[in-house]
Amino acid sequence: MQIDAKGMYYRDLNQLILKAAESGEEELILNNVNGQRYIASNLDKKLRIVINGVPGNDLAAFMNGSEIIVNANGQDAIGNTMNDGLIVVHGHAGDTVGYGMRNGKIYVRDNVGYRVGIHMKEYQDSVPVLIIGGTAGRFLGEYMAGGILIVLGLNRKSNEPLTGDYLGTGMHGGVIYLREKPEKDILGKEVAVFDADDNDYAKIMPFLEEYCEYFNYDVQEILKQPFYKLLPVSKRPYGRLYAY
Amino acid sequence: MIGTFPRIPSGCAISGMINKKGQCMTGEAIIQSIALMHDRSNGLGGGFAAYGIYPRFKEHYALHMLYNSEKDRLATEEYLKDKFVIDMSEPIPTRNVPNITDAPLVWRYFLKVDPKALSEQENQVDETDYVVAAVMHINNCIEGAFVMSSGKNMGAFKGVGYPEDIGRFFRLEEYEGYIWIAHGRFPTNTPGWWGGAHPFCLLDWSVVHNGEISSYGINKRYLEMFGYKCELQTDTEVVSYLVDLMHRKQGIPLEIACKVLAAPLWKDIDKMEPDQKELFTALRQVYGSALLNGPFSFIIANSRAMIGLNDRIKLRPMTVGVKDDMVYMASEESAIREICPDLDDVWIAKGGEAIIAELEEGVEV
Repeated sequence: MQIDAKGMYYRDLNQLILKAAESGEEELILNNVNGQRYIASNLDKKLRIVINGVPGNDLAAFMNGSEIIVNANGQDAIGNTMNDGLIVVHGHAGDTVGYGMRNGKIYVRDNVGYRVGIHMKEYQDSVPVLIIGGTAGRFLGEYMAGGILIVLGLNRKSNEPLTGDYLGTGMHGGVIYLREKPEKDILGKEVAVFDADDNDYAKIMPFLEEYCEYFNYDVQEILKQPFYKLLPVSKRPYGRLYAY
Repeated sequence: MIGTFPRIPSGCAISGMINKKGQCMTGEAIIQSIALMHDRSNGLGGGFAAYGIYPRFKEHYALHMLYNSEKDRLATEEYLKDKFVIDMSEPIPTRNVPNITDAPLVWRYFLKVDPKALSEQENQVDETDYVVAAVMHINNCIEGAFVMSSGKNMGAFKGVGYPEDIGRFFRLEEYEGYIWIAHGRFPTNTPGWWGGAHPFCLLDWSVVHNGEISSYGINKRYLEMFGYKCELQTDTEVVSYLVDLMHRKQGIPLEIACKVLAAPLWKDIDKMEPDQKELFTALRQVYGSALLNGPFSFIIANSRAMIGLNDRIKLRPMTVGVKDDMVYMASEESAIREICPDLDDVWIAKGGEAIIAELEEGVEV
């Protein structure tokens, strides 16, 4: 089913999406999307949604299990507190992508903005995965409590750093994989850098392969450069902050 | 409570566009751009600044005024007659828009500084300082009168309402300018009143802002030492005055002025090459009171440039788009795509790094 979203108010568009989902529709193609917020947010059905145009903030917030393909750039807070599902962005994405994400996958082709992966968390077998094809802004993985964040740094300009400053600040769970060793002085106080070992490669391989299928990359090319991982060195960095 | 208080997904909207060749565009595009972000504001403030709109009076100071009453207008005009030669005086054209109510009187004047009055000043002042002093006097000493803008060949149009309604109220599609900036307001700390809507202007400066300036008190006291009076019940005002002080009065280049407003962190200064380190250390020492703290994204304009600036740790959004001679900046990429779907380049601004789009050298406006 196709929907022409040109000029449509976000509430009307999201009502249409919800109705389509309830009537058992399996695939929606949204054309001429531009800036409509909360698309597919709180969606509890397994639906495939193709978005042609730039979706507004909080795309797929609280989404539970749908698949979203964005054929454009994304804005801020994609996958905010997302519960499950897949989001693929064929372009760049803004700040706070994957904010408080609890499960599911977000694959971004190009760069992302500030505070991406902030407050990501995991519980038992719910482990969110966020892969960034380009570079990430400052505060990547801020207060991260769980999940897997991967930054590949593909197709970047020669002077462009892989990530910004304050990398992993306040991080106390989960893991960040980087395809380049980060300088010590950009790290948050709560993390340390390690080489990725065989277990790490085994863990991220299925996600990398899936990522490469979406964006037409050769996974072996990507693996030619070694990965490093960032882990929190304390589980509760602020545990004693208010304990006198 | 859900359903009783529907969520208001607000947070202020800003948008701006400049043609680097100085070619003029109607206000239609900027209205559409800011309207796309309708839900970022809540109807308590909207406004625009436009450059190049008064080619017939481009040597005059265009004074855009808000008055509470005819009495306030007459009192202000008495003052203006003493200080300036008024070559034109008229109401700013408006149309009825259902959502815009309780509008004050909106008036504009095309003024030249009276050379005799200027020469009679106690201290020798230049013409621009003379205009600044007049603006400060009106805003602070004449009850019920407020200066929206005071630059040459430019003007601000603002009020209480959603920005797209304010744009139609002021018939902006009938003006043509080479720079347009716009704001949709979600007031947080101060009242929504006509004078408190953005942009905030002084001479040919205009500023629109999404965020909060927590250093306001320090900035205000600093500016007062130079004769600026901050009485408009809003933090954004200080930014117009700080850029005026640094760039117009003290001749500091725009890039450096931006590095004062959003200064590099000390730990980053420590990493710089010696000459840079010396420069930025000196700037932070001399201009410590001009540093802006708190979350912000600004679009600042003057008659030759449009600048985008974010706070150093980027707590507010900003996207930049480029197409041929046009540079766009907005809180959301969709607000740019709405008026320019095919961009040559588009990127997300970084904290503390100014994006400066200037008229090309030699372009006369």
